[in-house]
Amino acid sequence: MAAAKDMVGSRRLVVGAHYGIGAWVGQRITALFMGVYFVGLLACLLWRGDFTYLGWAQLFAPIWAKALTVLAWGALLYHVWVGVRDIWMDYVRPVSLRLLLHVLSAVWLAACGVWAMAILWRV
Amino acid sequence: MSTSAAGASSETDVAEKRSRQSFRNIHISQILAYRLPPSGIVSILHRISGALLFLTLPFLVALWDMSLTSEESFWQLSLYTQSVAVRVVLLVLAWGFLHHLLAGVRYLLLDVHCGIDKAAARNSALLVFAISLPLAAVFGLWLFGVL
Repeated sequence: MAAAKDMVGSRRLVVGAHYGIGAWVGQRITALFMGVYFVGLLACLLWRGDFTYLGWAQLFAPIWAKALTVLAWGALLYHVWVGVRDIWMDYVRPVSLRLLLHVLSAVWLAACGVWAMAILWRV
Repeated sequence: MSTSAAGASSETDVAEKRSRQSFRNIHISQILAYRLPPSGIVSILHRISGALLFLTLPFLVALWDMSLTSEESFWQLSLYTQSVAVRVVLLVLAWGFLHHLLAGVRYLLLDVHCGIDKAAARNSALLVFAISLPLAAVFGLWLFGVL
């Protein structure tokens, strides 16, 4: 039973609420998805055996390949966000510096994601 | 854990523990001198390789961009990767990716309590190196035109 001092209002816990479990599970599910995606992509490439520009670009041409690639990018960005956030939380104590690093990391990842989508939709 | 072996060697274990130097909250200057078990080395390299991939993500996106944008940019990429510096960077990143992937598979298995006892965890940590390092070596040989 949660102590009254740990509650915000009557429902939301401030401590020991296991909010981190969501990120932890999410990081593992995204890892699994990316692992399957990368191995699948490599298998498709080797199976087709066409290592020219056209062969490579054709892998990303069908809409379902684009859909899977978008999902893999979403998985990558969330996975990296959780991992990098863990690193900052482990090693950086001052709140202001940690916040700055969190913001920079988020911008860094979001920019990469937008760039990746632009590339994908040119194919 | 086998109980008979633990019982027979408990006295020598205690003696060994007494003589062994103990580290508690080691100082940052002691980090490199502290000998990690294989699982510990896999763990810290998993973090370092992850951070490396995060920091070089724009570079990797740029390579992906060159490979997909046009026939000409694909050709430029193949010229770009003739440079030894680019090849060395690619080899390091390929090792980082392989280590992160394989160590990650090991962690997923550990998370579902597969191979969680001490001996199995040590063996799987060594297995991560036994797969990632040769694969990285093969990639390196291919990259530098030996294969």
